Order: sequence, then C-alpha cells, then structure tokens
Amino acid sequence: MAANSNLKTNYDCIIIGAGHNGLICAAYLAKAGKQVLVVEAAADIGGAAATHEFVPNFKVSSAHLLHLMPQSLISELGLEKHGLRLAAQELASTALSADGKHLNLSASGVAAQSPADAASYPVFMARMRRLAGSLSTLFGATAPRLGTTAWSDRFAFLKLGWQIRRLGKKDMRELLRIIGMNVYDLLEDEIHSPALKGALAFDATLGANLGPRAPGTVLTWLYRLTHESANGGKGLSQVVGGMGGLTAALANAARGFGAQIETHSPVARVLVANDRVSGIALQSGHTVVAPIVISSADPKTTFLKLLGPEHLDTGFVRKVHHSRARGVVAKLHLALNKLPSFTGLAPDALSGRLVISPTLDYLERAFDQPKYGAYSPAPAMEITIPTVNDPSLAPAGQHVLSAIIECAPRDLRQGWENAREAYLTELLAQLETYAPGLKDSIVGSELMTPVDIETRYGNQGGHWHHTELAFDQFYFVRPVPGAAQYSTPVSGLYLCGAGAHPGGGVAGVVGRLAAQAVLAKAG
Amino acid sequence: MNSNPTSMASSAMPNHYRQPLLQTPFHNRARALSQHDSFVAWAGYTTVDVFTTPEQEYFSVRNATGVFDLTPMVKYRVVGAGAAAYLNHLVTRDVSKLKLHRVMYVVWCNDDGHIIDDGTIFRLGEDEYWLCTAERQIDWLLDAAIGYDVEIAEVTAEVAALAVQGPTSCWVLKQFGLVGVELLKPFELGYFNANGIEIMASRTGFTGDLGYEIWMAPEDAETVWDRLMEVGRTRGIRAIGSQALNALRIEAGFLMPHYDFISSESTIRLGRDRSPLELGFDWLIDFKKGHFNGRRALMAEQASGVKRRLVGLDIAGNKAAHSALLYSDKAGQNEVGNVTSAMWSPTCKRNIALAIVNAPHFAMGATVWAEIYLNRELVWERRMVQAKVVEKPFFAPERRRVTPPADR
Repeated sequence: MAANSNLKTNYDCIIIGAGHNGLICAAYLAKAGKQVLVVEAAADIGGAAATHEFVPNFKVSSAHLLHLMPQSLISELGLEKHGLRLAAQELASTALSADGKHLNLSASGVAAQSPADAASYPVFMARMRRLAGSLSTLFGATAPRLGTTAWSDRFAFLKLGWQIRRLGKKDMRELLRIIGMNVYDLLEDEIHSPALKGALAFDATLGANLGPRAPGTVLTWLYRLTHESANGGKGLSQVVGGMGGLTAALANAARGFGAQIETHSPVARVLVANDRVSGIALQSGHTVVAPIVISSADPKTTFLKLLGPEHLDTGFVRKVHHSRARGVVAKLHLALNKLPSFTGLAPDALSGRLVISPTLDYLERAFDQPKYGAYSPAPAMEITIPTVNDPSLAPAGQHVLSAIIECAPRDLRQGWENAREAYLTELLAQLETYAPGLKDSIVGSELMTPVDIETRYGNQGGHWHHTELAFDQFYFVRPVPGAAQYSTPVSGLYLCGAGAHPGGGVAGVVGRLAAQAVLAKAG
Repeated sequence: MNSNPTSMASSAMPNHYRQPLLQTPFHNRARALSQHDSFVAWAGYTTVDVFTTPEQEYFSVRNATGVFDLTPMVKYRVVGAGAAAYLNHLVTRDVSKLKLHRVMYVVWCNDDGHIIDDGTIFRLGEDEYWLCTAERQIDWLLDAAIGYDVEIAEVTAEVAALAVQGPTSCWVLKQFGLVGVELLKPFELGYFNANGIEIMASRTGFTGDLGYEIWMAPEDAETVWDRLMEVGRTRGIRAIGSQALNALRIEAGFLMPHYDFISSESTIRLGRDRSPLELGFDWLIDFKKGHFNGRRALMAEQASGVKRRLVGLDIAGNKAAHSALLYSDKAGQNEVGNVTSAMWSPTCKRNIALAIVNAPHFAMGATVWAEIYLNRELVWERRMVQAKVVEKPFFAPERRRVTPPADR
C-alpha cells in the first residue's frame, strides 16, 4: 500500500494501534527520545476515541464523554497547546423517569426530590470519592508483582497500604468492608430514592458485563470515581469536535515529539527472532524492524492473533484464551433535524447527560437477558446530545443524539444480522416514551452492536475494557498473570491497551504506565 | 481447530459407573492365567499385578519372552496439517525430526518447565500421530492446541496392545506371522498382516531388553493372545504383571510416574514437581528448535544450575533401599535426598536404586548414605549403608539394539 512508502526500516519502538492509549504511549516514548512508529489499521486515528461521520454532515464519537483522564497527563503532553479544547465540563447528570419527574443528580437536585437523601447523599458521595482517592496509587501506578523480593514491588504494596491506612481507621474499615461488595447492597444501605440508586448503580456497571448485584461492582465504581477525583474535579467533560478532538491533540503531541503515525497499516504479525521481538509484518507485506513492540490491541488479539500461541507457553495461552471479554454495550447514534424534547425535562438539562436506569431492579434485569443470549427489552442508557455544547458536529440547527445502551450481548442467540432492525425499533420506541416526537425528527441513524464495535475497533469480544474489569482480572493479575506489568513472556513485547492495568475508558493511564515500563526496562 | 475428545468405552457402556474399573480385551485370558487373583487399577482398567510370582515373570523377560497387557496406556490420536507443529510446541524434543513410522520418547512441561508427563509419539502418517501418555490430560492437550490446525481425540479403548519382550520375542512374533518384524530397528514401527489379522508392531518397550509392542483391534485381542501363547510355548513365553514390569524398568533406568516423579498437574505442595533437567532428561530438550512449553523456565534453570537430580545409585549390601532417605554423612545429620525406586537386581547382581539427590551430592561417583529399614519378623532394624552415584541404565544388553535380532 502506498501509505507505507514513507516507513523507515528501523525504529526503537513500534506501537500497534492509534487509539488514545497507543498515542499516549507513543507521545511519552517519543518525548523520552525514542524513534517511535505508530501503526493503525483503520483509515483514521483514534480507535474508539475518534469522531466519525455517521450520517452525511453529522458526526459523533463512540466514546462520548471524557472524565477519566488525569489532568497531569493532559499537562505533561501539552494537549491544550496541541488543540485540546473542552466544549463543556462538569456536565450535569439527570436520571430520567417515565413519569416525567426527572432527578438531577446534584446535591441540590437530590435534596429537592428526595428529602430523605438530602443530608446523607453528599456525605456518602464525599466518602466514596475519599475512598476512591486512597486507591489512586492502585489505579494510577504499575501493579507490583507478587512473590518477588524486589524492593520496588514491596514498596508499591507499602505505598498502597499506607494510602489506605491514611484514610483513618473509620474510612479504612469502610473501604475494606465495601471493596468486594456489590453496588446494589451498598446503595440499598446508603440511599433512599429508588431513582438515585438506579442512576448511581448505572455508573458502577457502565461498560461491564456485571449487573449491580454482581460482586466487584463497588470496585468498578471506585475505578470510575478515582479518575474523577484525580481529574482536578472537572467531572464529566465534552471535547470540542468530539473525542476525535482529544486523539487529534494526542497525535499532534506525539508527532511534535517526533513520533510517526501511519494509518491504513494493519499489522499481520508481531515478528519474533531468537525468542525476542524483532519487529512487525504489516498486512501489506512490509516488515518493520524494532526491538520493542507495544500493542494497544486487546490481550487476545495481541497474544493469540498478532504474536501467536507458538511463542507462548500453554498455561499462559490458556489464561489469555479464558479471560472474560464479553461486551454487552451497544451504541446508538441518531441524526436529528431538531433538538429533542423530553417530557418534563428542562431544556438546559440536554447539555448534560441523561441516564435511563430508573431503579436497581430495572438495571439488574437489563443484565439478565445477556446471560441467556438475548438483549434486554428494557435497556439502561446513557444519552448525550453533544451538539448542544458543540454545534460543529451537525448542520446548523440540527442535532446528534449519542446513547450508550446496556445490555446487548455480543453473542446474541439469533445473531445480530437477524436482530438489528428489530432492536433498533425497540430502542427508538423506548426513547419515544421519554421524548415523544423524537422518531419523526430522525434524519439518519447508526446502531453499533457489540459485534460492530468488535469489527470496527478490533477488540475481541467488543468489550469496553477489552477484558472484564473484575477482581480476578484486576491489578497484579490484569489481564493475566505473567503480563500484568505491561511486559509479556516474550522480551520486547509490551501491552498498552485497556486490557492492561488499570483498564478502559478514555483515561490514558495504561498508555502512560506502559511507556514508563518500556523506559524502565529498555532505558 | 481442536475438537472435543471422542468418548471412551464409557459411552458404549451405559452402566459403566457400576463397575468403576474397565476390563481390557485380554481380561478373560489374563484372569484364567492369574494364580493369585492379584489385580490392580491402572488408568481406569483392572490389570494383573502378579500372575505366578514376580521373579518368574521377571526372568521370562530377561531369558525368554514375557507378554504384558498395555491396553490401559492412554493413547491420543493427533491429526491435522498442524500436528507436527503442535507436538513440537508441546514437548521438549524436536518432533520435526521424527520420520514416518518412527517412535520418539518425549517429556512435556508446564510453563514453569516442570514435567507434566512422559510418553511416546508414534508417527503413523504424514500428519497423523499417536501420543501415548501415563495420565489422561485432554484438557491440557486441547488448550495446547489453541491456534493449531489439529484434531485430538483419545483412542485408548479403540486399540488393544501387548508388549512382547525378551530375547526370544522376535522369534515368537515371526512364528506368529509378523513377516519381516526382525527388520524393525529400535523405535521403528511397521504394519503387518498375521494370517488375516491386521497388526501394527513397534520395536519399543519398557524393559530395556529386546522387545516389541503390538497393536490391534480389540476384537482380535483374544485370538492374538491365544496364538502368541501357542507359538511361544517352546520359547518360554509367559504372561507378566506390573510388579515384574516395575523391576524390569528399574534395571533399564526408566522412570515411572508417581514413583520417580509426580506430574506437575497433580502435585499440590510447592516444589514437589520436577523439571526434565532435574530428572536427567537434558538429552530430551532441544533448546534450538524454537519455542516450546516451558522453554524460558528451563533456560533459566539451566543457567542457574539444577538444585537436585535424579541419579542411579549402587548401594552396599543386598537389602533393597525402598524409600530410603539419603544423607551426606553416616551419622545421618545432613539429609540430601531420597530413593524413589529400589530393588536387588537379579541380573546385575547389584543393589540398585533411582534417587533424587540434592546438589552437589548428585555428581557421578559421589558417595551418600542410605538409611534402610528392614522388617525382620516384625522387628525393625535400621542400617546406614554407603551408596554410590553411578551411570544408568543398570542393565543394557546389546541385543536390545541389534537388527535383525538373533534368531532364537
């Protein structure tokens, strides 16, 4: 392919995938003086954090809100200098109710609608943020190795222990009490309003194949809250130009430090010589030499497809093969000829995010059907209308609705090719109950099932976090034992995607930590 | 891609759980010859431990011909365009060097470089192999097949097999009707039609002597047994049980799972599994062939040196050192290992043993002390006797290799 003609034959590091983690890893490595090549299979950079035109003149991002990326990362890479602009920050969240009595999730909004929660809700949330903050060293640093006597590993455990201990006896006990719990029980203990419980549990389970009654959903919530509290309190943000605005800034930053980024360059194989990485072979037939290859692809793709089981031991292959990565999130994009109107909802709420998860049981039931290969007839949703804050995404006066849908299993029993139309009809009918007239304003639509997400972004299973974020696939065993510190059993091969610690979401922590791991090992 | 294992005999036997141990196709014949009703469980089958006396059966193999029913040995059929690559990744030896109709002794390891099992690979066709193992392990074999174009199925119950071993075994098999069997070289296999019965024969065995293993359809088993016994009568043919086989294999220096090592898949305690380097299988490891299971761990172990090694011992006196603890000193202050298999060798006239010995006491020619307990009419005596690390095998007659074997 002509796109490969400007490739050199040699680089210090090759990064597979120009999603946000790949670009962040590239930027840090290039900043440290490495000759870096990023190869991206798709026509555009960004991966799931790109902005694409889904209907002529209507643009949208698959990952639509920014809230997990540490401010330190943004400033270290000078992303604002490279064009990152926020269209809005501290977006309000509203829990939609079928009866039109919507609940604003701010302290005052909750106080107004649920007096019983007025005093306790802010205290509870402040405590959760505090507990999450104590885990920042857990979520923000490389996981230590188990069973070593290295001081760096011991120190990492000591630091984590110290941060948790520093919470004080009461908070520390509370953290240890709840960290393995399910969010359903926690919210039943702490919150009165069913609508508030439903909406908070939605955040705890977003992107996971875990209903609110699944153990570990407090952990996934803390993961989300850690990044929120580490983000200088900016909360949910929307990037100008969609998430593609962020990845464009990341690409500019990486290029600014000297990295080369090639799109249209799908990788066929990671090459191995004498039991260490020697480069990559592109599907075009080009080979590029590098002693270090860092893959932002999911672990199954990286190890079983790009590297190949023949370079790995069976026990390791078995762990990768069996790691859980069943996506249950679909994405709905609607092009609208006017701003939708939700019954009972003030128009200014449309600039924020709208959550359909009216009760804990509603959400739990939404996670039931995927277990049996069916999609939920009463899905939970996160809806944004990005054009309210950023009109550049659609023609003047027209709008885009972007909705995350839970739960739609990747392995639908009847196959998505047979169910797509029916599912879309059901989703639109459900939206119509909240926003009458929406259907008539639709100019065009795009429904991305987990299979579409897998096909478009190449993540096996179509999972948000690449592999499920759960205790058995977490921290020093994420994605699997033997590859939890970004390095892998094959010298020179590293991971920098969401499948590695700490996990997914547009956070970029994996990319940064992977770059640090490479630099620590390779100098 | 890999497939599920085909079901074993159990599916043909709906009430198999009422009789936990299966019977081999030779069972009725074996039972008729068994003088002690001495049966033991082996890999899900009931098999004869002793027919007459272990000594008589042992000597039939060293001096004439012994017949051992090895049907229970677990057999996997590995077939497909990726079969050779698959096996090469599975085991430590270079299977790409295994020619058609040849057999290779192999071991295979887990990620830590610890032995899961030992066994043999038979190359039956271009892309068709048998993997014969001591333990059932279809889960490991199927997981090892991820990414390989190969099908794996257990075929244990589809094949009946006899080991025919001893200095007159070739003569017996020729008389039996295996025309040209004398041309088989060690670790070679061939297909024969013996008066209407299809038989595959391989020049393999577990006795360290001249010998063959013959493989047939289960329905031919009793006919083959009867005819073998008939043609072998003038050559002292005798059915042998597992006790005699155990003595034969110790003299030959062959290791027995559960005695000399335990599969890393079934050890529970840390550090009780063994690497091929520890078991003296350095010669079975080909580090140059590319990656294989456990290679990185074995490279590291080789670089740092093994902590212990399985060696042969020549022990003073004539009392077998069963399970003896080994010490570097006669006082028994410093424990350095233990005996895993031991016997008085009637053929070598030596008191021999296989033992795991810690570094540096496993060096060839080194001396250790064995603590032997003797039960003398219910009174226990303890002896500390000197033992010397010696070369294995203890018994390796030239006839095991000569082709064609002597016609006797």
